[in-house]
Amino acid sequence: MYTIVAGGGKVGANVARSLLRMGHEVTLVEQRPARFERLQEEFEHQVLLGDATELHILELAGIGRPPQLVLAATGDDEDNLIICQLAREGYRVPKVVARVNDPRNQEHFDLLGIAQTVCATSNILGLVEHEIPEHGIVHLLELRKENLEIVELQIDRDSPAAGKRLAGLSLPAGARLISVMRNGRSELAEDRTVLRPGDQVLAVLEPGKEDELKRVLLRS
Amino acid sequence: MKLVVIGCGRVGSAVAREFRAEGWDVVAVDEKEEALTRLGPGWSGGFVVGHGMDSEILRRAGVDEADAVVVATNGDNTNLVIGQVVRKRYGIEHVVVRVLDPARAEFYAKRGMQTVSPTQTAISELAARVRVAEKAMAS
Repeated sequence: MYTIVAGGGKVGANVARSLLRMGHEVTLVEQRPARFERLQEEFEHQVLLGDATELHILELAGIGRPPQLVLAATGDDEDNLIICQLAREGYRVPKVVARVNDPRNQEHFDLLGIAQTVCATSNILGLVEHEIPEHGIVHLLELRKENLEIVELQIDRDSPAAGKRLAGLSLPAGARLISVMRNGRSELAEDRTVLRPGDQVLAVLEPGKEDELKRVLLRS
Repeated sequence: MKLVVIGCGRVGSAVAREFRAEGWDVVAVDEKEEALTRLGPGWSGGFVVGHGMDSEILRRAGVDEADAVVVATNGDNTNLVIGQVVRKRYGIEHVVVRVLDPARAEFYAKRGMQTVSPTQTAISELAARVRVAEKAMAS
C-alpha cells in the first residue's frame, strides 16, 4: 500500500516508521527544515521537505498515483483539513485520515465531511472521564463511520434499573447493552442478567440517545 | 447591510473601513486586540477579539446575520477553512476568501468558493506591464 504522511512530528514519524516496517511504501512530508534534516537521517529518500498544503509538494510526494491513504498529521488543524480536501477532491485519494489537535475543531472536520479523524486530546479526556465514576456517562469510543458510540455507565443505588433484569428494561431504540462488569469481572449482557448497584455497564448506541439511556439506567 | 471581516490586518481593516464609511454595519474580528488601532480613531463598527476558527467568536461577530463575509487572516488554510465553515454552517452566500497561493485559490474557486489571490493579481499585473513594454519596443 502507498501512503503519504503529512507532518513529520512524533505522530507522523511514528506512523511512517510503522508502515515501513509492515512493508508498505511511504512518503513523509515535513516543512520545518531542522526537523526534516533529522528525519532524513532515518527515512532517507522517503522524506520530502515542503508544505503538504501546496499542490506542487503533494505532486512531488506522488499524490497523482494516487496513494491508497493520505494521513494528515501536522500540528495544525487547518492544514490537516485542507490536505484531506486536496487529496480527496483533487486527486481521488480513496482514504484520508486527519489528526485533530484541538478537540474544539472537531466540529469543523465533521461539517466539511472529513469523517476519519483522530484526536489524542479527546481520547485522553475519555480516559480521564473513565476514572471519575460520578460522571454518569463515559464516552469510550466513537465509531464515526458506523454512526455509533460505545459508552460506559455505572449503576448506583437510586438507579431505576438496579435490581431489574435486562429483559425488563425499556431501552431506547438504537441502544443496546454489551456487557456488565461486577467486582472486576465482565460478562456479556444477557436478558436474564440482573443489574446491581456498582455495576459498570457498557452500551452501544446511536449518538443523541445518551439522555434516553441515562433516564433508564441512571436516574428517573 | 452587514459585513463581517475576519482578520483585521492591512487588507481586512481597509475593507472594513471602506464599507463602514458607506454606512454598512461592519464587525471586524482579529486575534490581536492591537488590530483595533488599524480601524482608525473613533471606529464606530464592531470589533471582536478572537480566532475565526472559534464558533463562539463567529457567533459573537453575528456571522449568522451577515450579508457578506470577508476572510483575510494571514493564513491561507485558516481562511479556506473559515470560509467554508461560514458558508456551510451559516448558509452565507457571499463569502470572499483571501488566498495568497494561486494554486490553492484556483483549486477552491473551481469548487465554488470566491477566492481572491493577491499573488495572482501581482503576477498578472506585472506580466501585463512587461507586455506593454514589449509592444512599445516592437513599434
